[in-house]
Amino acid sequence: MRYLPLTDTDRSAMLEKIGAASVDDLFVDVPAIARLDGPIHDLPMHASEMAVERHMKALAAKNLVAGEVPFFLGAGAYRHHVPASVDAIIQRGEFLTAYTPYQPEIAQGTLQMLFEFQTQVARLYGCAVANASMYDGSTACWEAVAMATRVTRRSRAVLSGALHPHYAQVVKTMAQFTGDTIADAMPAIQPESDLAGLIARIDDDTACVVVQYPDILGRISDLAPVAEAAHAKGALLVVVNTEPVALGACKSPGEMGADIVVGEGQSLGVGLQFGGPYLGLFAVRDPKHVRQMPGRLCGETEDAEGKRGFVLTLSTREQHIRREKATSNICTNSGLCALAFSVHLTLLGEAGLRQLAAENHRLACLAADWLARVPGVRVLNTAFFNEFTLILDGKPAREIIRDLADRGVLGGVSLGRLYGGVTALDHALLVAVTETTTQEDIERLARELEEAVK
Amino acid sequence: MTAPNQSGWKPAMIASKDGMHAHSSGAPVTTTGNRALMLEEPLLFEIGRGDVTGVDLPAVDAAAPTRLAGLARSEPIGLVGLTEPEAVRHYTRLSRQNYGIDLGFFPLGSCTMKHNPRLNEKVARLPGFADVHPLAPQSTVQGALEVISQLGEWLCKLTGMPAVAMSPKAGAHGELCGILAIRAAHEARGDAREVVLVPESAHGTNPATAAFANYRVEDIPATPEGRVDVAALKARLGPDVAAVMITNPNTCGLFEKDFREIADAVHAAGGYVYCDGANFNAIVGKVRPGDLGVDAMHINLHKTFSTPHGGGGPGSGPVVLSEALAPFAPLPFVRKQADGAFYLVEEEHREERGPSFGRMTAFHGQMGMFTRALTYMLSHGADGMKQVAEDAVLNANYILRSMEDILHAPFAASGPCMHEALFGDKDFTGGLSTLDVAKGLIDEGYHPMTVYFPLVVHGAMLVEPTETESKAAIDQFITAFRAVVERALAGDEALKQAPYYAPRRRLDETAAARKPKLVFEG
Repeated sequence: MRYLPLTDTDRSAMLEKIGAASVDDLFVDVPAIARLDGPIHDLPMHASEMAVERHMKALAAKNLVAGEVPFFLGAGAYRHHVPASVDAIIQRGEFLTAYTPYQPEIAQGTLQMLFEFQTQVARLYGCAVANASMYDGSTACWEAVAMATRVTRRSRAVLSGALHPHYAQVVKTMAQFTGDTIADAMPAIQPESDLAGLIARIDDDTACVVVQYPDILGRISDLAPVAEAAHAKGALLVVVNTEPVALGACKSPGEMGADIVVGEGQSLGVGLQFGGPYLGLFAVRDPKHVRQMPGRLCGETEDAEGKRGFVLTLSTREQHIRREKATSNICTNSGLCALAFSVHLTLLGEAGLRQLAAENHRLACLAADWLARVPGVRVLNTAFFNEFTLILDGKPAREIIRDLADRGVLGGVSLGRLYGGVTALDHALLVAVTETTTQEDIERLARELEEAVK
Repeated sequence: MTAPNQSGWKPAMIASKDGMHAHSSGAPVTTTGNRALMLEEPLLFEIGRGDVTGVDLPAVDAAAPTRLAGLARSEPIGLVGLTEPEAVRHYTRLSRQNYGIDLGFFPLGSCTMKHNPRLNEKVARLPGFADVHPLAPQSTVQGALEVISQLGEWLCKLTGMPAVAMSPKAGAHGELCGILAIRAAHEARGDAREVVLVPESAHGTNPATAAFANYRVEDIPATPEGRVDVAALKARLGPDVAAVMITNPNTCGLFEKDFREIADAVHAAGGYVYCDGANFNAIVGKVRPGDLGVDAMHINLHKTFSTPHGGGGPGSGPVVLSEALAPFAPLPFVRKQADGAFYLVEEEHREERGPSFGRMTAFHGQMGMFTRALTYMLSHGADGMKQVAEDAVLNANYILRSMEDILHAPFAASGPCMHEALFGDKDFTGGLSTLDVAKGLIDEGYHPMTVYFPLVVHGAMLVEPTETESKAAIDQFITAFRAVVERALAGDEALKQAPYYAPRRRLDETAAARKPKLVFEG
C-alpha cells in the first residue's frame, strides 16, 4: 500500500519492543462483539493510483462542466476567472498540510496571511474588524443572528424576504432549537426591494434585521434607511453579501451603517466546486463588538526579541477554552479558502477589483438589454450588479432551464427551485453574468431562450 | 549566560543589541534580518500599492452608464495589489515560515496529521468536479451526486450504520447535526429533555455544541484509568437526559471498553448516544461503531480520510445515523431513483423530506473534500483501511513504550493505547513544563504534540504519530523527544527560552489579547 511506510520487519520489531505478540493484542480493549475478523466485506480492496484515477475520472465525466458551455448560474455561487498563481500557492505543502496555527513560532506564514486576510475583508466590507473565516456564507449568517441576540439580549430576528432562501432556511433551522423567533417573508416580485415593508416589521423586541445586498433577485438598494430604523429600535443591521466582487463597484455595507457584515467569499479564488468548500466572511463595524464575535481571530504581537509576529488571540471566546460558554462551537474553519481569497484579492488589488467589478457590470447590462428583447421575456430589476431576474411568460422557469440544458446552455437558476412550492415565483429566472461570460454566450442564451419560451 | 545543564545541551551564544541570545556558532547579525534561506517578509499592506494589479483587465470606462441605483462606490476601498511575480514571492516567503506534514513529523494528538496524497488533489481539480455549479440542473451533475452517494455508502459500511448526513461542513458542524437530530427525535415524541452529559475529557466542541443547541451541559468524571466513569454516568441517567456525547477512542488515547454497556443504559433511559468520531483513525476498517450502539457519529474527513487541514480548514464532517435518528437528517440529501438516476431531496419535497430537521448550510456539503476522501478510500480499500488503523495504533504504542521509562505516562498501566499516547509533565523540575518541551521540540525540527489537552492530565502531551510515518522517522523522533524530556527532567533553564531556531521566538500572547490589533492600520 503506497501510503503506508511500515514493513513487516518493522512491525515485528516494534511489536517486540511493545511486548505484544500481535497487533490484535493492541486492540484487546475492543469488546468481542465489535471485533471484525478480517477486512470489511462488501467493500473493494486497495487499488493503484491509475485505477483510482480512472474510476474518479469516469464520475467527473458524467457532469457538464460550467466552463464548456454558455453559463449563467449564480444565486450565491459565481463563476469567476481565478489566476493560475492562486492554485499554485495554495498547493504549497507548507500551506496545504499545515494545521490551525496553535504553535505560532512555526506558523507565521498562516498567521500573517490571516492578518492580511482579516484586513482585506474588513476594508472590503467597510468594517473595523473581520475574523479568520467561517464555513460559508449561510452559516456565517446564522452566527451573525446568534451574535446579535447576545449583543442586544433580544431573541427576534427579522429577515428580508429577499435573503437567499438557503440562508433563511439555515437561520430558521437553528432558531427552532435555540428558541429564537424568526420573522421571515417571501420576496416581493417587483423591480425594487420592499424596504418600507421590511422597516415596518422591526419592533422593540428585534435583535437584528438581516438584509442581503445585492439581494437574491440581484437588486441593490440603499440600506442606510434600514440601518437608521433598526438603530432607532435598538436593533442591529446584519448585511449579507454573496458576491464580494459587487463591492468593487458598490458602496460597502459598513458605509451604509451595517453593524455586522457577513457573506460568501467563494467568488474570489475558491471556484464553484459543486457548493463547497466555500468561505464564510464575518466582520463588525464597531470594534466594541469584537468580543462577541464567533470564530478565530489573528492578532499582532511581538516575540521575545521584539520582532513583530502574529498569534491567534481573544480565544477566551472559543470552545477549546470556554467550552459550553463559548460564542460558537466552530473549530476548523476555511483556512485554505481564506488563503485563496486573499491571494486572488492581492493579485487584483484596489485597481484590479474595480476593473473586475466594472467589467462584470458592463457585461450584465449588455446581457439584460439583449435578453429584454426576447419576446415573452422581461427584466424585473431597475438596478443590479452582475445578476438580475427575468420574468418569463408561458412556461415555468424550471422547465425552460431543463430545455436550455438540453440545448447545451446552462441558463440560470429558477427561483421556483430555490423557493420550492411557491407558485408565484415559478416564472422567475435568475441570470448571472461575470467576466467569464462572452458576448457570444449572451447572444446564444437569447437565441435559445427565444426558442424555449415559445 | 545560560548555566550549564546536566543534559549538556547548550546553545551557542552571541551578543546583540538586546544582550546575549542564542545563535549558531558566532555568526553575524545580518542587515536584512534574513538568514540565508529564511527570509523576513513585510506585510502585504507595506509592499502593495493601490494602483498595482497582477491581473490584466479592461480599464474602467468612467463614462459608461451604470445601473447601480446611485450606489456606485465613491470612497477608496483601501486594498493594495501586487503583480504576479511579487505576489508569488510574498506568499512563497510566508509559506516557508510554516510547518506542514510535507516537511516533517507532526504528531498533533486528536488531529490526525497524516500524509495528504497528491492524487486526491489532482482528482478534486478535475473540471468535472471543480467547475460545476451547485444549482446546475440535476441531469447535468449526475457524477457529482454519485460521488456523494458512493462516499456515503463507504461511510455507512465502515461504521456499520444505516444512514449518513453529508452536508455538515466540519467536525463541530457534524456534532451540531447529530445533536439537532437527537433533539428533533425527542421533540417528535413530545419528550422535552434538557441535559446532555459530556465526559470531562471531551473536546471543547462537545459542550459548546450541546449549548449551541440549547442544552444544559453536565460533566461526567473520568476514572483513574482514563475512561468514562460508568457508575457515575449511569447514576446520572434519567428522564431529563437527552444524550451522552462520548469520544471513542477517547482523548486519553484509550478505547472505551464499556461503550456498549453505556449505550444500552442510555437507551434504556430513553436517551441517545452521540459518539465524537474525531479519533476514528484508530479503528477504521477494524471496528464498526454501529456494533457498539452508537446513534450518531461525525467523521472528520480531514482527519481519518486525509483531506488536507489547510492551516485550519476547510474540513468536512458527515454524520452517520442510526435507524432512530435517520428520518431527522438535514436537507438536502441524495436519493437514487428506480432508473438509477440520482436526485437531491430538498425543501420542496414535502413527502420525501419526512421529519428532517431542516437545512444546516447552503448547498450540499464539502464536495471538494468528498472527491478527495473517496479517492483516499478507493486507494486503500477495505484491506488498506484496516492496515491504517493497525499501523496507527502500532506506531502510538511504540512511542508510548519507548518513552514511559522517562516520561510520566498516566495511563500506561491501563493497557495498550490506541492511536495516540498521552503523557504528563509532573516529573519535570526547575519550573519547566509541557510548554517548554513543546518549544524544545520545535528547535529539534518537529511540530509539537497537542499540549494541555485533555484537561484530565496535568500538563498533557498527546502524541499521535499516524500510520504514514516510517519506523526510521519515529525512531528519530523518539531520540529527539527523549533528549528534550531529559532536559526538562534536569531543569534545564535554556529550555524556557526555546525555540531559538524558529522564524520567531516565543510570542507574547498576553499582550496580543490585552490590546487586540486585528487589522493593519496605516
